[in-house]
Amino acid sequence: MSKFNLNRRTLIKSGAAFGAGLAMPTIFTSSAFAYTNEPKGGTVTLGFNVPQTGPYADEGMDELRAQELAVQHLNGEGDGGMMNTFSSKALKGNGILGKKVQFVTGDTQTKSDAARASAKSMIEKDGAVMINGGSSSGVAVAVQGLCQEAGVIFMAGLTHSNDTTGKDKKANGFRHFFNAYMSAAALAPVLKAAYGDDRRAYHLTADYTWGWTQQESIAAATEAVGWETVNNVLTPLASTDFSSYIAPVLNSGADVLVLNHYGGNMVNSLTNAVQFGLRDKMVNGKQFEIVVPLYSELMAAGAGENVRGVIGSMNWNWQLQDEGSKAFVKSFGEKYGRPPSNSAHTCYVQTLLYADACERAGTFNPCGVVEALEGFEFDGMGNGPTLYRADDHQCFKDVLVMKGKENPTNEYDTLEIVEVTPRAQVEYAPDHPMFAGGDLGQCNSGA
Amino acid sequence: MLGLSKKDTSFLIAVIFLTLATPILLQPFPEGSALAQFNAGYPDLMQRFAIYGIFAIGFNILFGLTGYLSFGHAAFLGVGSYSVVWMYKLLSYNVVPGLILAIIMSGLFALLIGYISLRRSGIYFSILTLAFAQMSFNLAYSVLTPLTNGETGLQVYTDDPQVLMDAASPSSPHFFGIVMNESSKIDVGGWLFTFNNGYYFCAIIAIVVFYLSMRIFRSPFGIMLRAIKTNQTRMNYTGLNPRPYTLAAFVISGMYAGLAGGLLASMDPLAGAERMQWTASGEVVLMTILGGAGTLMGPILGAGFIKYFENIFSKINDTVLHGWFSALPDGLEDAIVFLFHPFIGKGWHLTLGLLFMLVVIFLPGGLIEGGTRIWNSVTGRNRKKKQDQGDHHPKPAAHVN
Repeated sequence: MSKFNLNRRTLIKSGAAFGAGLAMPTIFTSSAFAYTNEPKGGTVTLGFNVPQTGPYADEGMDELRAQELAVQHLNGEGDGGMMNTFSSKALKGNGILGKKVQFVTGDTQTKSDAARASAKSMIEKDGAVMINGGSSSGVAVAVQGLCQEAGVIFMAGLTHSNDTTGKDKKANGFRHFFNAYMSAAALAPVLKAAYGDDRRAYHLTADYTWGWTQQESIAAATEAVGWETVNNVLTPLASTDFSSYIAPVLNSGADVLVLNHYGGNMVNSLTNAVQFGLRDKMVNGKQFEIVVPLYSELMAAGAGENVRGVIGSMNWNWQLQDEGSKAFVKSFGEKYGRPPSNSAHTCYVQTLLYADACERAGTFNPCGVVEALEGFEFDGMGNGPTLYRADDHQCFKDVLVMKGKENPTNEYDTLEIVEVTPRAQVEYAPDHPMFAGGDLGQCNSGA
Repeated sequence: MLGLSKKDTSFLIAVIFLTLATPILLQPFPEGSALAQFNAGYPDLMQRFAIYGIFAIGFNILFGLTGYLSFGHAAFLGVGSYSVVWMYKLLSYNVVPGLILAIIMSGLFALLIGYISLRRSGIYFSILTLAFAQMSFNLAYSVLTPLTNGETGLQVYTDDPQVLMDAASPSSPHFFGIVMNESSKIDVGGWLFTFNNGYYFCAIIAIVVFYLSMRIFRSPFGIMLRAIKTNQTRMNYTGLNPRPYTLAAFVISGMYAGLAGGLLASMDPLAGAERMQWTASGEVVLMTILGGAGTLMGPILGAGFIKYFENIFSKINDTVLHGWFSALPDGLEDAIVFLFHPFIGKGWHLTLGLLFMLVVIFLPGGLIEGGTRIWNSVTGRNRKKKQDQGDHHPKPAAHVN
């Protein structure tokens, strides 16, 4: 084995080379950008980060369809959809601020890590100025934090946890979707009217931020109308078989099962529960009932006839008959041959709201966009008059209480609207205990 | 130099050069061109190359040298990440205390798991490590939620103590003031090169640990580890106890994994439980085998290969495909897009799986073997070697039946 001798000359040489290597990144400074990813050419890039694999993949694919549609409408292709019914008329169908809209997509895999990696690559590699989409609150919280650090806007997709605009709220993040507190506030009176005020509820809860806050909200709201919470069992998000969690329900003396599950989880847990014959049981002299606080069309379709008669809540449904909803369902249906889900709706609306805020602010600068969205009141997007509250960047609007249809006429006709709960009934103070502890901080433009 | 042979020194210098020039090498296509989709020179991915390179180098010290196949290395990755984020929460965003804690914690963890698992070898060892990793994952996911924040992942909040933070210190991970996510961009005639502080931090650490693993490979200790892989029974008969050596190798590779996990959290201040899932452990096994187990450079190549697929291929969608083939007639275009569709976007696993199969079947020595074969056919060394063998080796004995 021959060895090099380290003499003074080579030491100086290699030291200098090493030093130059270290200094390389700092020699060149680039502050040509006024804010992160300022669009310089004739195009602007939006990042659509949705789950394409994992338990929420169906939702993700539907979000992607809606986002593509939104980009078409922004660029003046197609029939314009909700741009025609939107109360703000800043959008002209020539892209955003005259720049043609492009988009990049990524797979969140319903994992915080993968979602952040994918969002990072959109921001660092593709120059996205806004990230939209997602179907899990864990992911939304993680990506929202990333966007705040990177200095881009995060327009949350489907995220229902109180924490997204509660303890984890960020100045650069905005949520159009409703949250667990609102679901609970809308559901409790309906549940009381349907099942009485002396029920004993057993909760199965997805073990992450959304499940925790939804369980907390539903338990609080149902206890306020006289129900009792017997037990709460946390289930891992990756579970596919819930038999072992369902069996103990039978011996617990509970007469209502609340499934704080979503997507593939909910389809599996509801199917398991029905297979165990829970819904045919009589407990405490009452018919056993199942409640799914957060519904979606895709889940209802997945669970088939098991959802019949099951009560839940939604942000929006394609059966609504206002002008905005009709316009959106029409253009979505013409392009894809199916009605949109409420996750598709929220992503579509978020994309238009972002574009509109840029137009009104006259810039893509995140701080300008934040200012334009805060306290923004609008209508014609399918939910009636809506407010983007400045205190926590949460939208306030009516909530739908849904029920699985007893006699569906076709494969998309699985749910019916029981009640449209008015906005006033689901509002809460920004410092409500379930949302306390967070801090919006300052908007970050990345400059 | 530095106690290496001449050949190894030039190898190390080549590795140093490649690592430092990565931001340029991974950006072969000009911005705006159709092929820019395949550029990988953006900070997040480069950081991942370096970090998973470290992870795979460490795994290779165990698997490549001793032949003990651990299916639980992701647990150490997770421990490292959680350590660093906790140091952010308690002290400040300086990464140094976190990284030191990450190495210590993962070392202790590896000592515990290794002490128990190494009582068995072969498949039993693999299953034991898998069980431990799955236990750690479940602990992090749903039992120790006050410590790990469950599925949502551990994050830093504004109301955390952060006792060493003052108004002047950066509000994102930094190394004594050098902020990790800051980078300088240079535009050279259409090519955009991004030189990121975080990447160079990871790269320099990667070079140091690569040098360390080189020394381990060439040391008497490394020879001992190879002996364990070759024939452990024979070692026992010669009166040597292999357990201390395997345990040492296990702990060293656990510390490498912890360092890698710590670096992940140094680049992006979040630690999630899914980092500890068994799929993550499987990934490092794939990286090592794909690149070439037991070789110095193989695992790093494998890590780069897999991360490249995960981040670049998964982002090609139908719209991008339509863009590429838009010159073709409509029917043909749709047919080609339909044909490619299962292999891109969310189908990147499928493409990777196929490639992995091809590599394992045709290049059992991994990508390194492929490289060697190409090199040999170019230089003609293969033919010479074959002639040599013909001259000097006894002919195989004829079969007698």
